[in-house]
Amino acid sequence: MNAADAFRPLSNASAVPWAEVPERPIETLVDATATALEAGARLCAWFGVPEGDAVRVVAVLARDAENALAVARSRPVRGAYPALTLRQTQAHLFERELWEQHGLEPRGHPWLKPVRRARDGAPVQGPFFQVEGPEVHEVGVGPVHAGIIEPGHFRFQCAGEEVLHLEIALGYQHRGVEEALTGGPHRATWAQIETVAGDTTLGHATAHALVLEALAGSEAPLRAQWLRALALELERLANHTGDLGALANDVAFQPTSAACGKIRGDFLNLTALVCGNRFGRGLVRAGGCRHDLEPDRLAQLRERLETALAEVERAAGWLWDAALARARFEQVGVVSPAQAVEIGLVGVAARACGLVRDARFDQPCGWSRLAQLPVAVWPGGDVLARARVRALEIQHSGGYLREQLAQGPDDAVRAEPGSPAPEHLAVALVEGWRGEICHVALTGADGRFRRYKIVDPSFHNWTGLALALRGTAISDFPICNKSFNLSYCGFDL
Amino acid sequence: MYVLDTLLHRLRRGCETMRWPEGPAPSLPDRHGGALRLDPARCADGCTACVPVCPTEAITRPGPAPARLDLGRCVFCGECVRACPTGALRHTGDARLAARRREDLVLGGTDGAETVRLAGALEEKLRRLFGRSLRLRQVSAGGCNACEADTNVLGTIGWDLGRFGIQFVASPRHADGLLITGPVSEGMELALRKTWEAVPEPRLVIAVGACAIAGGPFVGHPQVRNGAAAVVPVDLFIPGCPPHPLTILDGLLRLLGRLETPAAGA
Repeated sequence: MNAADAFRPLSNASAVPWAEVPERPIETLVDATATALEAGARLCAWFGVPEGDAVRVVAVLARDAENALAVARSRPVRGAYPALTLRQTQAHLFERELWEQHGLEPRGHPWLKPVRRARDGAPVQGPFFQVEGPEVHEVGVGPVHAGIIEPGHFRFQCAGEEVLHLEIALGYQHRGVEEALTGGPHRATWAQIETVAGDTTLGHATAHALVLEALAGSEAPLRAQWLRALALELERLANHTGDLGALANDVAFQPTSAACGKIRGDFLNLTALVCGNRFGRGLVRAGGCRHDLEPDRLAQLRERLETALAEVERAAGWLWDAALARARFEQVGVVSPAQAVEIGLVGVAARACGLVRDARFDQPCGWSRLAQLPVAVWPGGDVLARARVRALEIQHSGGYLREQLAQGPDDAVRAEPGSPAPEHLAVALVEGWRGEICHVALTGADGRFRRYKIVDPSFHNWTGLALALRGTAISDFPICNKSFNLSYCGFDL
Repeated sequence: MYVLDTLLHRLRRGCETMRWPEGPAPSLPDRHGGALRLDPARCADGCTACVPVCPTEAITRPGPAPARLDLGRCVFCGECVRACPTGALRHTGDARLAARRREDLVLGGTDGAETVRLAGALEEKLRRLFGRSLRLRQVSAGGCNACEADTNVLGTIGWDLGRFGIQFVASPRHADGLLITGPVSEGMELALRKTWEAVPEPRLVIAVGACAIAGGPFVGHPQVRNGAAAVVPVDLFIPGCPPHPLTILDGLLRLLGRLETPAAGA
């Protein structure tokens, strides 16, 4: 059997009957997945579905070159199976998670530790990797950090200033999101989806809506798809602007820092103009959007957008002009393209390693089938590249919004989506501002969620930050961390 | 040429900090709606239209008494306002929401008020200590980064929290109190407790957002403690999901007794 046969292809934001998802012995699934990944596919999700006292493993791959996804599942497994991580590093956290959630041991996994389980008021973290030597010292940072930031623990192994190894231990923010979604949709489901990662409310809400619509075999009206696409770009603009400001702040470059802090708020206020909430809560729902963009509102949005775009362009320009700021970003926190591929980086971090990887382009769905924006890529893999990709995306998103706001479809903004089909599996990828958001839903015989899997881009990318620190001075950790700006709660769920 | 350009930019723009509280408050977005008002007299007999649409079960009506709305739990989605057939539930457009006591956030029911009973200032001794200089340590305990972001925004030039003598500091040893976000995940319980213990007394605790007040969308999950008050005593509750920055700032200033006039968004 060749690897292609092992998977059922499907397009983004669509559903397949669970019975049609090819079923293989776990060893075959591991082998076929590894083979497909070696051939250039990416691992979007690898998770378990309990069945009696056993577990089925589901693999969701992205074949970007073919603009298609692929799914397969294992026969029910108990106990242990040969680890996929041994052949594909990008599976390492997925397999730790699978082990933690279902007790399924990936045999041979080199670093099998809990991901987010807590006991006695703190995450269960197990031993940390330690480097030994007379000059080596260990630095622990967090969980509570020196600012208004989410909690996580960073354990550095250093020789003097140089970081030899960084281990990132998360789990502090675990709120039981996936567990709570099981058996849903419930009345709290939308509120939970919108707070999976609060700064990515629109990204996760859009993915959830797409999954629900795919399960129901329906699509939101075009105007709703258009409005969701606009909102997603507004979210990107706000966060990227904030990140440029934060990077400037960390190298004490006040002009850009001060300006971007304010402009970020201006973009958030544009989202609030659309739906009332600065983070886009309550805008996206199954079947469409809860608010429309009437002509007056649209005109106001266009006007205020132009001002904010001009201001951010100028503030970013100062940053590139200032050699003293630029020099602090260059060759700092480098991730090589080979490493990026190996660990399955997504989003801004991947594109800053020169990888053309963007779900809006590779796996178009919704409005991105009809209107696309160029993928922003910058080589180098350093802090500067990650900043540059953000600045490019600000330009691209701005251009896209200008173009789209000039002419939107004029059908309804919401339609009845229908009910989710029973025993179907739906997948949706959305390119959130950090990167690829993956939602996978499996319904039971009653049409309710039997399993709901969320993969925030941060799940892929925290490993990238750890690698970026190798050989970097520990004093550069803040700018490296800001350059990734990953989500703690999106990872911890 | 950034040096010249940034200087010129600054000169042209002048001060970009809002004039509030001396001048007018920034207006809330029209679709924001602000706080909620529950007029018990308008609650139709036997009507429970608002109850099932609330995502966080903030509204209850178990008996004949009017509906009871807990703004501490509320995520301000407005579904109840849409569902209410009699206009008993309405948006007020008011950004002010902070309260000193948990029960002050409960509207309607048998003994609740129509609107939130806004926070009063600290007692004189604490007010003298903190009124002109308050250092806070922020702890996100399962927060989604929205309350964090809208707290952070208070440090930007538009809001300039520093002009009130309020500052976020990097160590609990330097702090006068904690500003807590998130429902308090089990993973953060120990860290939160330790951070609180490390703050010298007398210390304040401010719970920001539906999660930190009552667990928010995660209320009842075995992985969370349903808010900060389960772990540490709370002195100020600021509702919202997330609260608008104006709501947060209004709450902080109210606590410090620096808002004598009811200005914010009123």
